[in-house]
Amino acid sequence: MSNPFTLNGGACLAMAGKDCVAIACDLRLGQQALTLSNNFPKVFNYGDVFLGLTGLATDVQTMHSLFRYKVNLYRLREEREIEPETMANLVSSTLYERRFGPYFVSPVVAGINQRTGKPFICGFDSIGCIDFAKDFIVSGTASDQLFGVAEGLWEPDLEPEDLFETVSQTLLNSLDRDALAGWGAHVYIITKDKVTKRLLKSRQD
Amino acid sequence: MRFQGILISNLQLCHATRLQARQAKLASSTFTNRNPLLTKNSSHLTINLHTPTSTDLTMDVLLGIRGKDFVLIATSKAFLHGITVVKHTDDKTRALNDHTLLAFSGEAGDTIQFAEFIQANTQLYTMRHSSDLPVSSVASFVRTELASSLRSRHPYTVNMLIGGYDVKKEQPELYWLDYLASSAEIPYAAHGYAQYYCLSILDAHYKKGMGVDEVVGLMKDCYEELKRRMPIDFKGLLVKVVDKDGIRELEGF
Repeated sequence: MSNPFTLNGGACLAMAGKDCVAIACDLRLGQQALTLSNNFPKVFNYGDVFLGLTGLATDVQTMHSLFRYKVNLYRLREEREIEPETMANLVSSTLYERRFGPYFVSPVVAGINQRTGKPFICGFDSIGCIDFAKDFIVSGTASDQLFGVAEGLWEPDLEPEDLFETVSQTLLNSLDRDALAGWGAHVYIITKDKVTKRLLKSRQD
Repeated sequence: MRFQGILISNLQLCHATRLQARQAKLASSTFTNRNPLLTKNSSHLTINLHTPTSTDLTMDVLLGIRGKDFVLIATSKAFLHGITVVKHTDDKTRALNDHTLLAFSGEAGDTIQFAEFIQANTQLYTMRHSSDLPVSSVASFVRTELASSLRSRHPYTVNMLIGGYDVKKEQPELYWLDYLASSAEIPYAAHGYAQYYCLSILDAHYKKGMGVDEVVGLMKDCYEELKRRMPIDFKGLLVKVVDKDGIRELEGF
């Protein structure tokens, strides 16, 4: 096992638009160059907030069940859904708890604040340093490619349908230049009162 | 290395029991630290029992194929100790309940210890609740246990396939789990070097909703390929079917 961040492969991308956000991920699960599954989603939702997790697959699954547990308890205690900003701080402190033996994941949070209606996206490193952004967040083995394409395609105040096109093209074109990610994709377009989930077939090689 | 006046090899130390490890720890302050297995730890010397051999590239064969209403699981009959075949009638599977079969490979000792721990707990569940845990829940339980072991001082290094038939949903399920506790429900799966020989054959010939005869034929193709291309004798395959009627062994491999 060389690098836990690149062992299983995978990519995730979030973008902000006009009163909307998008988050997308690929579906590959591999062991080095060998592909094991093409149905391994890396974006999960907890109430109104979406979380993308790339990195070591076992930690992706562990973190998913851990956050499901924490957000369910939050909902019971507060009798309301968690806000994206609160979720970001929950993710950050959960990761920093393991400062000297981290979970090998690079999370991405995306959502619309239901109270203020403001779009929110942010990313993290594996020990919980938050990276707030008003344009886009990338993570995973294709992050270099995603940075390049997103930098070229993203523009401010995109409408939901245009944001979907921008996110999808950014992800697909980045995946084609990464051997460790790809094999299909999930794209979520989130507005204040609607979430659309689309499955992209993409290249199967 | 010298250990309480007796010369023992690294290999034996790797497979030392916890009792021996404790004795070694007590005795360790008296000998010099020249062995890579011994590391200096603040005030005293301790022994690293966990020396991971490359667990994702084991010579043991684990194969699983999900069919229309059943799962086929095959394991190699050779019990290997390094490059030595110790036994040629080994069974690398444990029945967890009437409709769930666990196949395992990995570090000797860890495999059977962990498999029988899982077996005991699923059977305890069956006794307490008078009903079997469904396959998806068994897989989830195994993953959770393995994931918490992964972050412990001495993690289990066990790769597994879990095949079963969900009686409520009336569908077969096959789970692939590696020693890092990554898990995935997939139509066909393999572990170890066998992956590189068999997955391409399965990619080419697997179809959705195959019957028992078709899947047995596909398994035979994999078997022939392994015999032809893999440079070790794995002493044939032990093949088991899990369906609505339970678990049974198939002859002819």
